[in-house]
Amino acid sequence: MAVTTVEGFPTRAQFRPRLGFRKVTGAVFTGLGLVAICIGLGLLVWLLIDTFVTGLPWLDWQFLTSFDSRFPDRAGAKAAIYGTAYMMFFTLILALPIGVMSAIYLEEYAQEGKLKSFIQINISNLAAVPSIIYGLLGLQVFVRWMSLERSVLAGSLTMALLILPIIVVATQEALRAVPPSIRDASYAVGATRWETIRHHLLPYAFPGILTGNILAASRAIGESAPLITIGALTYVPFTPNSPLDRFTVLPIQIFNWVSRPQAEFQGVAAAGIIVLLVVLLLMNSVAIFLRQKLQRRF
Amino acid sequence: MRGGLGHKRGRQLREGAIAGLFFIAATVGAFTTAGIILSLAGETFAFFRVVSFIEFITETQWTPLFSIKKFGIWALVSATVLTSVIALLVAVPVGLMAAIYLSEFANPKARAVLKPALEVLAGVPTVVYGFFALTVMTPFLQRFIDMTLFNSLSPGIVMGVMIVPLVASLSEDAMSSVPQALREGAYGLGATRMEVATRVVVPAALSGIVASIILALSRAVGETMIVAIAAGQNPTFTFDPTVPVMTMTTYIVQVSLGDTPYGSLEYRTLFAVGTTLFVLTFIMNIFSFWFVRRFREVYD
Repeated sequence: MAVTTVEGFPTRAQFRPRLGFRKVTGAVFTGLGLVAICIGLGLLVWLLIDTFVTGLPWLDWQFLTSFDSRFPDRAGAKAAIYGTAYMMFFTLILALPIGVMSAIYLEEYAQEGKLKSFIQINISNLAAVPSIIYGLLGLQVFVRWMSLERSVLAGSLTMALLILPIIVVATQEALRAVPPSIRDASYAVGATRWETIRHHLLPYAFPGILTGNILAASRAIGESAPLITIGALTYVPFTPNSPLDRFTVLPIQIFNWVSRPQAEFQGVAAAGIIVLLVVLLLMNSVAIFLRQKLQRRF
Repeated sequence: MRGGLGHKRGRQLREGAIAGLFFIAATVGAFTTAGIILSLAGETFAFFRVVSFIEFITETQWTPLFSIKKFGIWALVSATVLTSVIALLVAVPVGLMAAIYLSEFANPKARAVLKPALEVLAGVPTVVYGFFALTVMTPFLQRFIDMTLFNSLSPGIVMGVMIVPLVASLSEDAMSSVPQALREGAYGLGATRMEVATRVVVPAALSGIVASIILALSRAVGETMIVAIAAGQNPTFTFDPTVPVMTMTTYIVQVSLGDTPYGSLEYRTLFAVGTTLFVLTFIMNIFSFWFVRRFREVYD
């Protein structure tokens, strides 16, 4: 058998497997992979422990039921909790139907072509636009041009646009997971497109759509930059009564406490963070629970 | 027959109306993009009628709130670049190693736990990371490094950990879609697991990996709260990670916290900085999408 040699490569006689060395390198490499994951998770644990240790002493009934104050032991998150709830209510009322409808349009109605790919690329682009840019959009369009001032409604509109791409993409994925045979069966017995969507696709896709919406909502709850830009107030000694009232939300209130010079406010801020994280944890647990409970496999 | 076929005309009308409604909903995204561009462009043009574009991109001082006003965007861009590069120095090695581990080494059970656990990092609100950077990470680093309370190193590192899941998750997706036959071919030649991972899987998934890194960079550039809380508010043209700086996003936050009169030059600087930020991230996002399409290895 003719042995062909390639320049730069060892011939058979020169080839040394060095198995021991290669195995040790491999083991070290695997260890590094584990270390990488531990760095990420370790920082998360560190962050949680530190926040709870700093914040728990400040977290009591008084904190949840008082308005903000110049004095750390009287400061509370009442206005921020109400503001967050108000803002989220309007955000979801606006974003949910529009997001789900535009996903249904893209998946079930739009013909393959330039228009569809334009809308689709646009959605992926919007998902990657920094949140503070949405704040500038809200400031110019909702606060100035539409004269909504620094109201709950201006904040909700801004936030709705911010989470719209997340809802659209999640809903599209949920719709795509419904097998085509379900659609075909429905059309075969004479159902129209809307009847197929209403009675067959939406029930099957519901768990996925719900999970996507809860994740989008938790993104909006933690977001603060766009609301600072539209000027959501940090000192609000009242709870909003109408969508046109001024408001503050938890992350902005936390930001405000972090920025104060007195050391005690770090504890107050940590207490606010605990409230925020507990709300997010609850929402995400509900999302995971619903997905497990309602999901059907095909 | 009840309903149904007897109401053919009514059904058709309803179908048409619903299709129309869904189409209108789908155009909201396009209007959002148009709104972003119009609101940024209008005020930015007004800004450049007063301030020369040449000054904007050549000056290195940024003092729009002082009596002697200077508009050198580099003072802000340098801070953004500095914090983002520090973030990438953390996120790329950690995220990539985590992705390789999850895709090539972890057994399915471990992956089912570790991947979602890592993604929790991306769900933590950024204001929480800012608090952590300022009150925990900075004092911790100050034990080893001589630096001020506000600096770009600490928020950079924390931001890096925040974007680890972005790099890890997208890279892992790219690696998982490399066909098994390529790995088996390499094993057949006697390669070890690490050699398969680094010399076969990573090169084959490179387009997805690069795209994930660019998206992570774009996220770091646009990140606001961490740097606004922990990096300081001093617009200085410097690449020293131990001193206070001011990123583009921090500037927008700082001006927004004050009461800026509509139509003033100060108000317009918000949009000039915003446009710079938008253009930078937009280029990165487009490049990342393009890169995936251009260099994706297609296997059948």
